[in-house]
Amino acid sequence: MTSRAAEDARTAWRLVAPAAVLLGGVALYPVAAGFVMGLERVVLVFHEHRFVGLANYRALLADDRFLAALARTAYFSAVAVGAELLLALPLALVLDRAVRGRGLLRAAVLIPWAIPTAVSAKLWAWLLEPGFGLVARLWPGTPVNWLGAPAPALHAAILLDVWKTTPFVALVLLAGLQNISADVYAAAAVDGASRWRTFRAITLPLLRPAILLALLFRSLDAFRVFDAVYVLTAGGPANATETLSVYAYKTLVRAGDFGYGAAISVATFACVALLSGVLLAVLARGAEDAA
Amino acid sequence: MSRARHAVAAGAFLAFFLGPFAWQALTSLWPEAELGRAFPTALTLRSYADVLAARDFGRAILNSVVVAGASTALALAVGAPAAFAVAKLEFRGRRLLLGTALAVAMFPPIATVSPLYVTLRALGLLDRLAGLVLPDATFALPLTLWLLTTTFRAIPDEIYRAAQADGCTPFQAFRLVLLPLAAPGLATAAILVFIFSWNELLFALTFLATPSRRTVPVAIALFSGEHLEPWGEIAAASILATLPLVVLTLAFQRRIVSGLTAGAVKG
Repeated sequence: MTSRAAEDARTAWRLVAPAAVLLGGVALYPVAAGFVMGLERVVLVFHEHRFVGLANYRALLADDRFLAALARTAYFSAVAVGAELLLALPLALVLDRAVRGRGLLRAAVLIPWAIPTAVSAKLWAWLLEPGFGLVARLWPGTPVNWLGAPAPALHAAILLDVWKTTPFVALVLLAGLQNISADVYAAAAVDGASRWRTFRAITLPLLRPAILLALLFRSLDAFRVFDAVYVLTAGGPANATETLSVYAYKTLVRAGDFGYGAAISVATFACVALLSGVLLAVLARGAEDAA
Repeated sequence: MSRARHAVAAGAFLAFFLGPFAWQALTSLWPEAELGRAFPTALTLRSYADVLAARDFGRAILNSVVVAGASTALALAVGAPAAFAVAKLEFRGRRLLLGTALAVAMFPPIATVSPLYVTLRALGLLDRLAGLVLPDATFALPLTLWLLTTTFRAIPDEIYRAAQADGCTPFQAFRLVLLPLAAPGLATAAILVFIFSWNELLFALTFLATPSRRTVPVAIALFSGEHLEPWGEIAAASILATLPLVVLTLAFQRRIVSGLTAGAVKG
């Protein structure tokens, strides 16, 4: 038996090795190298590469553009994910109850999820185009340059995110809904509970794990948002829609300042790690409560 | 919800999610010179012809097919054996692998961009489609591992033990017996990985410089005219870029839904 266990372990290592190499070499190593790079001044075009300690991070704390991007990313994530959950819950209920055309409805809402974010960003840019876009054609009042002013542009990016990812949230909630046993509803009906009361007292509490899970997935994604903002507004007008990833990208790729760009990325990573830590703790506590 | 309210809600959701897409489809057929009018006087395929001929968008589609196809193949080739080992074999480091995959799933891709840029440059893979396949496949690995581990766990241990009793080594049991049984899970993972690589923008934007090597999302993101945005052409390109995904989505709707919600079901 021991020899078989040893052989199993040897085989297992051979089977796992390629995956471990890829994860280590293409994901872990770059992140570690990014941490180191954040402590350096690296400008490839000037062949400049030297250790500067925490100078990049000290600069971050005094960088108004960074602090604004941080606050904006938090705002973007909170509003987008909040709106997605609020819309996804009724959508999941509709998908759950639909009898005829259920497959069609489900496939239809999957389309915004499936198309590339770059495509959906251009799609919304054209919808919101101030001259001839669909919104301008239907808008009753004076024409608005949606993507030309800071607040409307940021909320347009949020709308794009909501349009694109609400279907995913709804599907996660739908899976949760379908996990609730029909017996529970039958018991509620016997007790004469109203629909609203059944929803409040049964559906919502039993749906809590699915809601928290969707919240976790979506918050992490929203905090890392790049495609939607970069293609819709490129961070403009005047950096007013710049999120952390977009600011880091511009610093890295456009300005070629790898050290400072890496510091912004590390800060983004730290925020995402903190956020996921908090959400996972809430999720774990929810699981304990349920058990 | 009453029947009528239910129908109204379903209609409203359909309009919100499909309306913008329908508008884009109409725009793609709308003569570019008439975009200022309330309605087009005629519909034309001109924008499609322009996008494919003048902008060489067919090349971008081909690049995307190559990158997404190769990334999917690599992620599955590497992910399936690893997932089998995690699901069926006893070894130290199993938790470490899954923990690493989970951590990688949480990385902001932007945090890996500059070191990867330096590495790919050193390897001579910068501005090559092959250089894009490595990060695309790697960042799809956590999902692949997660889906396939679940798939292999669902195959009864008895089947694995019977294969061994018949004289299979663990690897033979994996390749000859369990892998064919895991086909539905493999298909689900393949569809999702393909869609994710097809849609990937950040790495493609950063690592590819030559216009003829652009993938679909990059080509569309960098689409611009000399004076005005060429909305008709953008719409035509969008429809061309989306069509394969719409077909995939409609054909494999059940698989996509089950794959996407695999994590949610367990709560």
